[in-house]
Amino acid sequence: MRWYWIDRFIEFESGRYAKAIKNISLAEDHLHDHFPNFPLMPNSLVIEGLAQTGGLLVCEYRQFTEKVVLAKIPWAEFYCEAVPGDTLVYTTTIEYIKEEGAMIHATSHKGNTLHAEAEIVFAHLNDPRMGALFKPETFLQMMRLLGAFQVGRAADGSPLRPPAHLLQSEDVSYSDSKHSGKLT
Amino acid sequence: MPTREEVFAKIKNALVEALGVEEDEVVPEATLVGDLGAESIDFLDIVFRLEKAFDIKIPRGELFPEDVLTNPQYVQDGKVTPAGLAELRRRMPFANLEKFEQNPVVQDFGNLLTVADMCRFVESKVEITD
Repeated sequence: MRWYWIDRFIEFESGRYAKAIKNISLAEDHLHDHFPNFPLMPNSLVIEGLAQTGGLLVCEYRQFTEKVVLAKIPWAEFYCEAVPGDTLVYTTTIEYIKEEGAMIHATSHKGNTLHAEAEIVFAHLNDPRMGALFKPETFLQMMRLLGAFQVGRAADGSPLRPPAHLLQSEDVSYSDSKHSGKLT
Repeated sequence: MPTREEVFAKIKNALVEALGVEEDEVVPEATLVGDLGAESIDFLDIVFRLEKAFDIKIPRGELFPEDVLTNPQYVQDGKVTPAGLAELRRRMPFANLEKFEQNPVVQDFGNLLTVADMCRFVESKVEITD
């Protein structure tokens, strides 16, 4: 199972907001385990999806150079249930971003109905002992898989482009895999 | 320009939102860690809310100078040295350090700040009307 709790970005404006969709399908295993015979999208996984939408927005603002971790959810409210067949639209807006971290406001909508709302605080971890949480090229793959570069806009309105250091890291990784005979 | 009461009301609101405490728990003498249950990550959240509420900038380490407490120049055997205490007094004129100075164990520092200290901190950054 891959830890993706959004399917695709539909809007992404660097440093401001990002919008992603999550299609809920009865084929998802967790829906059968959460409340057997009563498939509901777990609220915790909605929070995770909101955090992924906002977390990548925060990561992108600093060109993926910071270790961004979900630090705190000051509040979250759920107004209705989400079930198989529903499409959730997650909208995350940066409330604040500074050296130590960022805060986003996030909503989840089913059509025009507000499904959930939350505030999420992210911390920037700059302790070198932590090492890298992800390989740099992983971010690039995630952003591509989620269509961020297809719909994204930089702060000046131009198309969103991958940072050069991530492209370089991807080249190095590809070259290493080729030489060791292991292409991932 | 806010009054002292308005400063207190906004700080109370920020702490209620950041810490999930009841309004009547936020009294001037309440300590942020011991009485209101703040954890280290909450200080980031509180700083965000204060900056927004008062339209001010709070540089890292200004409200809670953690760099002093991790600097071997200022800490020995788990206690803040006289030089460290002098540095804390310089950096935190808004806080009452008297009790901490009697036994300056680093671990106890987290429970030092009160709501009243926070009010004095904000009042030092905004113009107050009486």
